[in-house]
Amino acid sequence: MDHSRNSKQLKQPNMKKSIVILLLSVISITSGAQSLYMTKAGKVSFNSRSSVEKIEADNNEVSSVINTQTGDMVFAILLKSFHFDRALMEEHFNENYVESDKFPKSTFKGKISNLSAINFTKDGNYPAVVEGDLTMHGVTKKVSSNGTLTVKAGKIAAYAKFSVKLKDFDISIPSLVADKISQDIDIIVDCKYDPKS
Amino acid sequence: MLLSFALPRIYAQDDLMKMLDDDSKKTKKKNYATATFKTSRLINGHSIENVAPGVLDLKISHRFGMLNRGAYELFGLDQASMRIGLDYGISKRLMVGAGRSTYQKQYDAFAKFKILRQAQGGSPISVSAVSTVMLKTLKWDNLSIKNYYTSRLSFAHQLIIARKFSDGLSLQLMPSFVHYNIAKNVTEPNDIFALGGGGRIKLNKRLSFNVEYYHVLPISFVAGENYRIAGTKNSLSVGFDIETGGHVFQLHFTNSTGMTEKTFITETTGDFFKGDVHFGFNVSRVFTIKTKKKK
Repeated sequence: MDHSRNSKQLKQPNMKKSIVILLLSVISITSGAQSLYMTKAGKVSFNSRSSVEKIEADNNEVSSVINTQTGDMVFAILLKSFHFDRALMEEHFNENYVESDKFPKSTFKGKISNLSAINFTKDGNYPAVVEGDLTMHGVTKKVSSNGTLTVKAGKIAAYAKFSVKLKDFDISIPSLVADKISQDIDIIVDCKYDPKS
Repeated sequence: MLLSFALPRIYAQDDLMKMLDDDSKKTKKKNYATATFKTSRLINGHSIENVAPGVLDLKISHRFGMLNRGAYELFGLDQASMRIGLDYGISKRLMVGAGRSTYQKQYDAFAKFKILRQAQGGSPISVSAVSTVMLKTLKWDNLSIKNYYTSRLSFAHQLIIARKFSDGLSLQLMPSFVHYNIAKNVTEPNDIFALGGGGRIKLNKRLSFNVEYYHVLPISFVAGENYRIAGTKNSLSVGFDIETGGHVFQLHFTNSTGMTEKTFITETTGDFFKGDVHFGFNVSRVFTIKTKKKK
């Protein structure tokens, strides 16, 4: 048996494999640089309209991160940062409805389901569909929303509007004020993201 | 082996969430205790709460007659002592108020300032200071002597030290000082010290059980003067707070007839356990005068 010929044939594929791996790792390290976009001053508002009372609040301290490589999108919202026009309404919101001492944060963990339709390297308005888990008042529910992702000058702006039902999150409305507070709450997300270094 | 050379780190949703959590811990935002009590009064006296800035609080307080007056007086329902007042929030820390009571035909005015706020990651207690001035407008007893206008005045200064232990329990201490410009005679004190204590137990989201007690302290700096007014007892009140939308209803039993600091802290004559108890209520209704400017 000629052993020398066999050993010579085996050596060449090994060399090729290492070069390919080296090239791949260089490419992947450089292309992974701009995949995360973050905001700590995102805006989330909600409103509830009934024939008697208009309830609306803004939160301008929302934290959120988008991973443009995987389409993952997460939000962390401190409930005490929702501000109302009326101080008493804000107090009731925290004490009686969302019970923010027990459940201080609301979170959303989701994914952009039409990620392939969005080009984060090209400026433009892209319609997006985001689906995920919304956790509030100790309850997690799947929500889905249509929205717009606007890419401009290396930054991303996200806008979406969707509706949730209070009873889905175990938030009860006492019968005394049932006509003042609607079961359906509109939530508006309006966040501007900067690339995270 | 290929995987180990892939992206330096794949950020899954949970990793992203952890990134936000770690970041929020860095900013260390203080979480201030809110709604230690449902309204700015515990029962008769002040609680640690202030009325929000730009908000007007209408306070109507009513005390019926004493329960042990018997059936003829319908157990006190036929008699009444009332106070009507308005409180206003000037800033997050300062509120003022004024009122008038039928008992001794008094006018009162106060200012309350929040010195320290309880916060997670901050102070364990909240501290406020209240100063009240009270004016008796009853006609003079003795018109043959020279009566000074300033003799009608008395003042009360209190520190309120409170802690919200949990959603269900809040307690407060009220060291108080009452000054009378004029006392009835040489043995009656012009200056009285008291220590109040009270709290609430929240029974459900809208109902709480409140207790308030003021103990007159045996402190006197003037020889020959009593430390308290003759025949007076310590003020004890127990009751419930019921909150409904814009109103807070406080229903209680108290041995104090008046609703200003000097009358309940230092002039209570009723013996609570002998039935010298008034059934009474406070109604608090808030009106938003100046809305918060939305950013």
